[in-house]
Amino acid sequence: MGLKIRQPAIDAVRQHGARDYPNECCGILLGAASGMEKQVREAVPLKNLRTDPEMGQKLLPLNSPAMESERNRFLIDPREQIRVEKEARARGLEVLGFYHSHPDYPARPSKYDLEHAWPWYSYIILSVERGQPADLTSWVLADDRERFDPEEMEVLNPEDRCGIQ
Amino acid sequence: MPVTVLIPTPLRQYTGKKESVVVEATTVGEALQKLTSDYGDLRRHLFTDEGKLRNFVNVYLGDEDIRFLQKEQTPLRDQDVLSIVPSIAGGMDLCCICS
Repeated sequence: MGLKIRQPAIDAVRQHGARDYPNECCGILLGAASGMEKQVREAVPLKNLRTDPEMGQKLLPLNSPAMESERNRFLIDPREQIRVEKEARARGLEVLGFYHSHPDYPARPSKYDLEHAWPWYSYIILSVERGQPADLTSWVLADDRERFDPEEMEVLNPEDRCGIQ
Repeated sequence: MPVTVLIPTPLRQYTGKKESVVVEATTVGEALQKLTSDYGDLRRHLFTDEGKLRNFVNVYLGDEDIRFLQKEQTPLRDQDVLSIVPSIAGGMDLCCICS
C-alpha cells in the first residue's frame, strides 16, 4: 500500500531540509487515512529538540552525547507533537507519520531510525547533499520491528480525494 | 482501581482499533503490564526484550510526563487517565557520516 502525498507537502519537506542543513530537520505529516491507505495533505516543520541538549537528554538520552547532536540526531518534543496533533484534529486531519532529513547521507533508514520507530506511521526521509535536497523516500516499520518496508509515493492532485474524505 | 489508557494511532491495530482501554491498576507500571497482558502484540512496541519500558515511549498521567513524577511507580487514583505518546526520534548511523 503506497503513500499519496500532495506536491506542496513534498516541497515543504525539501525546503525544510535545505534550510536546516547541515543539521537534521524534522516534522509531522498530516492528512487522512483509511486503514493502511494514507493521504498526506500537509508537512508541518517542527523543532529538532536535539538543539536543546538539556531537554533532549531528559526526554530521550543519547548514548554518546559527545558524538551525537542535531547534526546527526533528531527528536520531536512530545509537547509540541501533542499540540500539533490537537490542532490538526480540530481541522479534521490526522497524524500519518513524520519526516526527517539525513545531511550528506542516503535517504534510507539507519539502525538508529529502526530502533526508535513506531508501527503504522509513514517515515519520510530526505537526503540533503551539500545543502541541496536530493532523494526523498518513505518507509513503514515491519510488524516484527526487524526492518522498514519501503513505501511507494504517489503525488496527489489537490482535487483527488481517492475515496478518503 | 479502574484507569483509562489512551492508545495512540500506531498501536490501535493491536487493541482491536480501540482508542482507549480500561485496566485495573494502582501504579503506572501495573497499568502498563495489565495493558500488555490483555493485548500481547503491544508488548514488543512498548517494552524491550529485557522488560524495560522503551525509552521512546512517553507516558503521561493527565498532563504530567511520568518521568517527572515517580516514573512507573507513580501511584494512580480512580478514573485517572494515562496517555501513551510516541517519542519520535531518529538519526544517521554514526559510522557513516560522509562529510
